[in-house]
Amino acid sequence: MPTIITVNGERRSLDADPETPLLWVLRDELELTGTKFGCGIAQCGACTVHVKGEPQRSCQITLKDAAGLEITTIEGLSGKVAEAVRKAWASLDVVQCGYCQSGQVMAAVALLQAKPKPTDADIDTAFDGNICRCNTYTRIRAGVHAGSKMLGG
Amino acid sequence: MSNSDLTRIFAISTPGDGAAVETSSATSRRTFIKISGAGLVLGLMPLPEVAGLGGAAEAAATSLAPNPFLVIAPDDTVTVIIKHLDKGQGAATGLASLAAEELDADWSQIRTVFAPADATKYKNLEFGVQGVGGSNGLSNSYSQYREAGATARAMLVSAAASAWKVPAAEITVKAGKLAHSSGKSASFGEMAQAAAIVAVPKSVKLKDAKDFVFIGKSFPRVDSVAKSNGTAKYTIDQQMDGMLVAVIARPPKFGATVKSVDASATEKIAGVVRVITIPQGVAVLAKSTWPAIKGREALKIVWDESKAETRGTAEIFAEYRAALDKPGLPVRAEGDAAAAMAKAAKVVSVDFEFPYLAHATMEPMNAVVRFNGTKAEIWTGSQLQTVDQGVAAAILGIKPENVSLTTLWAGGSFGRRAVPDAHFVAEACMIAKAYGQPVPIKTIWTREDDIKGGYYRPAYLHRIKAGLDAAGKIIAWRHVIVGQSIIAGTPFEAMAVKDGIDLSSVEGANNLPYAIPNFKLELTTTKIGVPVLWWRSVGSTHTAHATEHMIDILAREAGRDPLMFRMDLLAKHPRHAEALKLAAFKAGWDAPLPAGRFRGMALHESFKSYVAQVAEISLKDGGGFKVERVVCAVDCGIAVNPDVVVAQMEGGIGYGLGAAMKGAITLKGGAVEQSNFDDYEVLRMSEMPRIEVHIVPSTAPPQASGSPVHRRSCRPSPTRFWPRRAFERLRCR
Ligand code: FES
Ligand code: FES
Repeated sequence: MPTIITVNGERRSLDADPETPLLWVLRDELELTGTKFGCGIAQCGACTVHVKGEPQRSCQITLKDAAGLEITTIEGLSGKVAEAVRKAWASLDVVQCGYCQSGQVMAAVALLQAKPKPTDADIDTAFDGNICRCNTYTRIRAGVHAGSKMLGG
Repeated sequence: MSNSDLTRIFAISTPGDGAAVETSSATSRRTFIKISGAGLVLGLMPLPEVAGLGGAAEAAATSLAPNPFLVIAPDDTVTVIIKHLDKGQGAATGLASLAAEELDADWSQIRTVFAPADATKYKNLEFGVQGVGGSNGLSNSYSQYREAGATARAMLVSAAASAWKVPAAEITVKAGKLAHSSGKSASFGEMAQAAAIVAVPKSVKLKDAKDFVFIGKSFPRVDSVAKSNGTAKYTIDQQMDGMLVAVIARPPKFGATVKSVDASATEKIAGVVRVITIPQGVAVLAKSTWPAIKGREALKIVWDESKAETRGTAEIFAEYRAALDKPGLPVRAEGDAAAAMAKAAKVVSVDFEFPYLAHATMEPMNAVVRFNGTKAEIWTGSQLQTVDQGVAAAILGIKPENVSLTTLWAGGSFGRRAVPDAHFVAEACMIAKAYGQPVPIKTIWTREDDIKGGYYRPAYLHRIKAGLDAAGKIIAWRHVIVGQSIIAGTPFEAMAVKDGIDLSSVEGANNLPYAIPNFKLELTTTKIGVPVLWWRSVGSTHTAHATEHMIDILAREAGRDPLMFRMDLLAKHPRHAEALKLAAFKAGWDAPLPAGRFRGMALHESFKSYVAQVAEISLKDGGGFKVERVVCAVDCGIAVNPDVVVAQMEGGIGYGLGAAMKGAITLKGGAVEQSNFDDYEVLRMSEMPRIEVHIVPSTAPPQASGSPVHRRSCRPSPTRFWPRRAFERLRCR
């Protein structure tokens, strides 16, 4: 029986094994490859999506569990906060290899939505689950603060 | 595959004679001549066939492509063809800016695409093959890409001069616009078609440094937007019709081989298509990634471990310790270290252990291969394109020119993707060949494959014994290094192994800048069945740490300030001294610290760049410490894009710090004990120090590590004032 999930506002019907992690459903079935694989065990945050605006690790949600959830991926991210974060990321040239950055941007948007004026400690907490092997942490931090400023924070 | 095979492959695919090359490629490529009709194309080279150069063939008749490095299209875009992999170091931005500089383009009209594998056009001018390493991406291309831009500019100017009937010398070019005082003006796009029929100038004049508008300035990266909205495509993102995904069950110990496989449970999993045994292990091919991973878990494999490496970390270091007492190969010797040591007022001897380290690139290794029996297409984040192409050809039994290789954005490398045996492309080719059908197959590594898969920074043991005279001056230095060679047995051996000494094992120790009258450095190279590889800054990852740590210990023993202790020994090394002074000044070396904070410094030269750092740490409640602040000064020659240099220094400091404080690969009975980021820990946000980077002004050409490709490990980071606990922890690492 197909599983129905809602991704970026669209209802999608999927025949994949219901135990398949959402990560691979997004990437392989829906070709939404902006969501990245980094570890598969909830350690790196490269696979971060939003479920009702909350950052979640898509490698840890099965297709079965995703049924009925409203999922937003980096491709579907929109709104004022997302725009501010993208602007901040571009103006500070946060990215290096870029592979972790979908996850970082998802984490940044979720943080600023929940806390428009995050402190450095808030940033530490929000981002400690998002590994960047290029160690762009300095600029991610600056990017979050810059995004916050743009939003009037 | 043997070394001589590889050497042969190199020879075949890197003809040195440019003219001969053009002739042969003209037969196999759609050339500009064919498209636009002979007679119009004096001196034009074939339009580069580049993936992502949308509509290149159609646009060709009206585009200017005077060399393999750029295409100016009628829509006013300037596409710069990037010959090196961009794995985050900013190669695309850096190379594009060199061409844009001499072209006087507007930055907004610049696009980039990666060049196909073709060493005849895109070889690294320092290596002779296409590829990048030793942070030389920018330095080897510095003139080449500037000349490419200058050539196109001259042709545009010449075309405008003819069209406007004015002397070429009166035409100005600025921000992508040609203009004349008569009021005439044109964009590059408008003039491209006319310029395409102008003879390519034999030589061009390059700008004076004072006229630079891009070089030395900070301008935006070309990849920021695509990498923050999820649209940048990496190898793992390739999705093609009929594509299969493969994962490989790899041996639990290095060197083990498959004895027998029971794939019955695997074959029952929906989506699994085929199970194939290759020399690297057992590949599970499936219609998508998850069934491939599940299928691999369901395999029952009996491994033959008779030839496997079975030593563990403890045994390996026990052997290394025993080797310390035997004489090694002499690397550098001045004066008489033994005699001076005997006369020293104080002798200090310290051993430094360094573990194996995984690169743990954020995107694990992968490659897509489609092979139809006579031709192959490969998509991967290739760092040594010529090697990958040659190895693929040898495995598939076709000529290298029948292997088209498309380089994609890579999710990090730190050296990991520059593999002399091209192993991750090789295994993907073996799978494609065995599968026998012309469908694209994406072979991917999971994180467990990556952490357990070898190609590590080798483990090393150092012993440094030094003697101080009564005045606290270093009069003797004996340094012994024990560890595996990265380069012996690879095609790079002739380049980097001299008289049995792998220069990458000793770099950073053999060029120690300090004036020490009696100096001896020895190397003992070991043979361990663990595959090893260069890891960001290579030899300096361990030599810098050992030597700088030792200098700090000696400064303390001599009762001297570590800054002045170093400065006194640097009279002959002004670039080192300048970097050190700048870091110390910017850090406020003399300023008192708040209670609980400690400060230390380190200095090192790597890939001809000079880096000094001052770090501040604080003690954590319950033990341990945190690096709070790092002030870094770097002299890398001209910083082509200073902001990219700063980013590379920030990244390098974090990468090195993570390794120094957290990550270590250990083996037990030959099996790797770590498997993912839960037990191979890396630096995270809350552990990243505040970093300030200061660039030493320079007009020297960008050095080997020149800007975008700059990388440095912070391993040598400060120790002098660190409390003993911290100090011990670093030392025993
Ligand atoms: S892939 Fe999901 S947290 Fe790493
Ligand atoms: S930018 Fe490369 S891993 Fe974060």
